[in-house]
Amino acid sequence: MVQDIIVGFLSTSIAVGTSLLLGAIGEIFAERSGVMNLGVEGMMIMGALSGFLTLTLTNDPWIATLVATLVGGVMSLIHAVLSVTLRANQILSGLALTMFGVGVSGTLGRSLLGVSAKGLPVVPIPVLSEIPYIGPILFQHDPITYISYIAVPVAWVVLFKTEFGLTVRAVGEDPGVADSLGINVYRTRYVCIFIGGLLSGLAGAFLSVAYARMWIEGMTAGRGWIVIVITIFSMWNPVRAVVGAFLFGGVTTLSFIFQGLGVGIPAEVLLMMPYLFTIAVLLVVSQEAVRKRISAPTSMYKPYVRGER
Amino acid sequence: MGLVVKFGSIEIEFRKRATRPRYLAYLVPFVAVIVALLVGSVLLLSEGVDPLTAYLALFNTAFGNPYSLSETIVKAIPLMLAALGTAITFLAGFWNIGAEGQLQMGALAATWVTLTFSGLPSFVIIPWTMFVAFAVGGVWGMIPAFFKVKLGMDEILTTLMMNYVAILAVTYFIYGPWRDPAAYGNPRTQLVAESARIPAILGTRIHLTLFVAIGIAVLLYWVLRRTKFGLEIRIIGGNKDAAKYAGINLFKNLLLVTLVGGGIAALAGMGEVSGLYYCLPKSFSPGYGYTAVVVAWLARLNPLAIPVSAFLFGGLLNGGYGIQMVFAVPIALVNAIQALVLFFVLALSIFYEYNIIVRRRR
Repeated sequence: MVQDIIVGFLSTSIAVGTSLLLGAIGEIFAERSGVMNLGVEGMMIMGALSGFLTLTLTNDPWIATLVATLVGGVMSLIHAVLSVTLRANQILSGLALTMFGVGVSGTLGRSLLGVSAKGLPVVPIPVLSEIPYIGPILFQHDPITYISYIAVPVAWVVLFKTEFGLTVRAVGEDPGVADSLGINVYRTRYVCIFIGGLLSGLAGAFLSVAYARMWIEGMTAGRGWIVIVITIFSMWNPVRAVVGAFLFGGVTTLSFIFQGLGVGIPAEVLLMMPYLFTIAVLLVVSQEAVRKRISAPTSMYKPYVRGER
Repeated sequence: MGLVVKFGSIEIEFRKRATRPRYLAYLVPFVAVIVALLVGSVLLLSEGVDPLTAYLALFNTAFGNPYSLSETIVKAIPLMLAALGTAITFLAGFWNIGAEGQLQMGALAATWVTLTFSGLPSFVIIPWTMFVAFAVGGVWGMIPAFFKVKLGMDEILTTLMMNYVAILAVTYFIYGPWRDPAAYGNPRTQLVAESARIPAILGTRIHLTLFVAIGIAVLLYWVLRRTKFGLEIRIIGGNKDAAKYAGINLFKNLLLVTLVGGGIAALAGMGEVSGLYYCLPKSFSPGYGYTAVVVAWLARLNPLAIPVSAFLFGGLLNGGYGIQMVFAVPIALVNAIQALVLFFVLALSIFYEYNIIVRRRR
């Protein structure tokens, strides 16, 4: 009985953490190349909307997932044009992207309110899902969650074991030197921002096509901001992002459970938990970063202009 | 020769400007708003609404007659205060996105004062409410600065997370301990005593907080231009290291500027409670604190330009409510247009720094 509850809790934490993990891996790429994208929330919610809209039109959850991913990618290009080509302030450009996504999805999503659809099913993985405890926690999920499992090692290998990864990190640390070595700084940043957009869109598809299987206005509920926090928590390493994502997934799930149990704590206080927890995590991580002398990629926030310092 | 980008046979050259022409400060925001409305018309079309008719209706609801104008000003008051609070922290290079939380805390504090000290005469309770709201919002705004300087925490995220916490705190009090049992459908607190209400201009809902806001705008302009504090703020905003070498106390100045910024933003919430609704109603702010970021940036963080910018966005919001009723267009459209304005202001800002020359390659 108690075991069932714990298994259920961990399994839900993983499901809730999926969107956070995908978003964080994407943001790690963008920030590693030296561009912070605060538009994750906006790209995610547009992914969720476009995914669900496509689902109701085609009844095909895979096409829906693909469309959502691409919509996230296209949105990220707005940020790329502004912050890379036009050298605009990255913070404001990202914020504008979030406001844009929230506004547009609220406008276009009205006709979808209350509609339900058959989304991505839960696919237990043969053999693995039979393992006691581990099976139900890790291997009885929807396909997008499995994609997030695969994305972690892939992102790690790309960032740390390939020439492209080296290029990305070089651009993020010192675009001037990278440029003098013949690396195309602008193209590298565009590619990384685009990867971030694709993964945020996919994270949105997870929410509307796989998890909730409906459209709720504002359904990302600040997850895009938590993604940014997880990116810092991860020290820009996809493997550490896993810990962050499931930690936050767990806290969110706990606040749901407490609300369901009605433990006499006001709902608003429980709803505050993930946000307060975020501040607490940020506090601890900032201290750790100072101690270990780890910092964000050096060129972050600074647009690169050849020949100017 | 500046940087040259080539697309096929077209060359685009970015040439750094030696001087910045004055007319750009007016042209850029103007063009940004026009282009944002043009792009926003795509959204209207997708909702099956004729953009021209809708925009005309929007303009009419926003600025068409004295009543519309007065309602636009009512919306501009909180925007102005929140934007002024945001602008001075931005000028210090502190990316405070927390105006929404600060104004929520200001509203909460104002409600507490008006409920607790309801017996006091006007000339005591109104300044007292203002003071408490300013102090509570200021302290709320200072917390991220303290964390930033002492622990290296990113202020963008701290301020954002604290917004969610503040909104939930207000919701808790409206539904919980402060709920007026007489208000059935629309949860709100008890009405504020007559003596604690900020008077309005006769026949309108424009409360006198407007003049407080304009006064603060003028005062801030003066402080930034003419005082040591203003100078230090601008140096910190320009280059933190240079500020340190110049012997400027970063910690003290950041705490002070966030205290003042948070306090001013909190007055926006106080004005809504004491001057407009006479209670703390559910979701009284349609994201004034976030719109304030756009308002402040459109004004290029200039305190004297902020009232104009706030008036414009007050009109957009007021007009947005108007067309929401007539054409059944959701108010979220207004948020999308606000974001578009910010996009285009950011995009066009490159003209401040560079002269862009497009030519065909021979």
